Amino acid sequence: MKHWFQLKNIIILIGVVLIYGIVQLLNLTEIMPPFFQLNFIMACISIILAVSLNLINGVTGQFSIGHAGFMSIGAYTSAIVTVKFSGPLYMALIAGALAAAVAGVLIGLPTLRLKGDYLAIATLGLGEIVRVIFMNMDYTGGASGFSVPSTINWTWAFWLMVMSVLAIRNFTASTHGRACISIRENEIAAEAMGINTTKYKVIAFTIGAMFAGLAGGIYANYMYLIHPLTFNFLKSFDILVMVVLGGLGSLTGSILGAIFMTFISAALSSLSEWRLVITAVLMVALMIFRPTGLMGTKEFSLNFLRKKGEKNASSKSK
Amino acid sequence: MVSFQQFIQLLVQGVSLGSIYALMALGYTMVYGIIQLINFAHGDVLMIGAYIGWFTITKLHWSFLPALLIAMLGSAILGVLIERIAYKPLRNASRIAVLITAIGVSLFLEYGGMLLFGPQVRTYPPVLPETIYNIAGISFKYGDVVMLVTSVSLMVLLQVVVRYTKVGKAMRAVSLDKDAALLMGIDVNNTISATFAIGSALAAAAGVLFGVYFNQIDPLMGVMPGLKAFIAAVLGGIGLIPGAMAGGLILGLIETLVSGLGGSMWRDAASFFILILVLIIKPNGLFGKNVREKV
Repeated sequence: MKHWFQLKNIIILIGVVLIYGIVQLLNLTEIMPPFFQLNFIMACISIILAVSLNLINGVTGQFSIGHAGFMSIGAYTSAIVTVKFSGPLYMALIAGALAAAVAGVLIGLPTLRLKGDYLAIATLGLGEIVRVIFMNMDYTGGASGFSVPSTINWTWAFWLMVMSVLAIRNFTASTHGRACISIRENEIAAEAMGINTTKYKVIAFTIGAMFAGLAGGIYANYMYLIHPLTFNFLKSFDILVMVVLGGLGSLTGSILGAIFMTFISAALSSLSEWRLVITAVLMVALMIFRPTGLMGTKEFSLNFLRKKGEKNASSKSK
Repeated sequence: MVSFQQFIQLLVQGVSLGSIYALMALGYTMVYGIIQLINFAHGDVLMIGAYIGWFTITKLHWSFLPALLIAMLGSAILGVLIERIAYKPLRNASRIAVLITAIGVSLFLEYGGMLLFGPQVRTYPPVLPETIYNIAGISFKYGDVVMLVTSVSLMVLLQVVVRYTKVGKAMRAVSLDKDAALLMGIDVNNTISATFAIGSALAAAAGVLFGVYFNQIDPLMGVMPGLKAFIAAVLGGIGLIPGAMAGGLILGLIETLVSGLGGSMWRDAASFFILILVLIIKPNGLFGKNVREKV
């Protein structure tokens, strides 16, 4: 238990609480315009999505581009729980995450046999199938969307985000996480070392799907209206850009990428077409000049704080 | 239920749609065969081709055939540019990096197209006569015939190029073994560019046919046909030219049958379902050989 109370962890905790407190204060005193409130919550959702996709794509090296599909499963399941069964919010979020996790197992078991490009295309296809299913489901409003009361606030979104990041960080640092990294580095060698590659790939995929479902649940319970088209493959690409921008395999990189992309798209929201053109150019330029992303597989560490303790901006959130 | 005649009618439509998919799938398959890249931007090259065709027909008042040729030429140049700017610097990068680049190029063309052409749907002018042939109760539009004739002749042309010309031989050599081809004095970079040029030209032809057949084009029109054509390429066995043709036709038929039998909302899901089935059961496609991965 001793290592829990290292200086580093305490600084991170203080940083996280500070960020939460400042934003909460700005919210309560209504200094922050609603547009910024929206974007802070969207940043939390994006961080969960990016970190969970990073677990699949970056840590385990399985190239999935159907993440929005899991997000939509989570969103719709939690929306059904809140609207149709008038269940409490936590129940809705849990149901959403679990439904996405089940879908992750069902989809992961057959498709994770595929490698590289084929897996990418299969996950893309599955994401699209999920979208078509929701389009045709009259129970949840089909193509006209599904309206859900907005019950998520900054507190919920922020602490769920912190919890998700922590859970994924701990998974990556565990024995299981190292098994996943070995699959990324060399699948055949990992298998030869006695690692059950299928098992770990499915585990990583399922955990990733579960958190995507959680993010979907938060999204559904915040946005008033969910629509199948929100979760099309452009959304999957958006998440992918966040992860790639931060550096595949880097947890803090994904967080930074998610924050960066959320606020960039907020800043460019009046020119939505330019936003995507800029995203696209950014993506291509990044791949040509720095294919490992901004952080590579490195983590943003707090070790430099030993010299100057000023920058309290921790790696955890902002 | 549908009657026999309606069924045949669906088959006719399916073959028309399938020939568009086949034309596009050829581009995917050739590029994949030569540099193992899923060129996500291929569907958007179709869109650019359709717009070039639209421009030559409405603004320059040219007829169908010259418009088709101009669109093919323009897209071939675009394809080479894409390859030189975006993919060539990544020749030795990881495959995921190249895949992400391809997605980036695709988004760039889609939304760049939206800025350039405007997001609204454009109507393709009627360049073909509205004649309808009627044979034994089954009606063919003039467009069906043009579509089929154009795509079949382009496919034959492609086969001739790949089999008998120097470029085609170089393409086959590079796709077999890039390093050995280089040692034999083949200019690998030029060969790859030629592949992109040919593939993009075929996509542009598909785009113009698409516009003529469905009468409307918009900057995002290439997304779905692009994905479908990729499914067709995988279905036939990616990297194989005859496989792409057969895959395109099969997919077109299946889609038309699914929507004709009352499931038009499920059309897209059906093709992705086929993709996943193929990938799980026979990842090398219907005509593909099984290649073991070597350590």
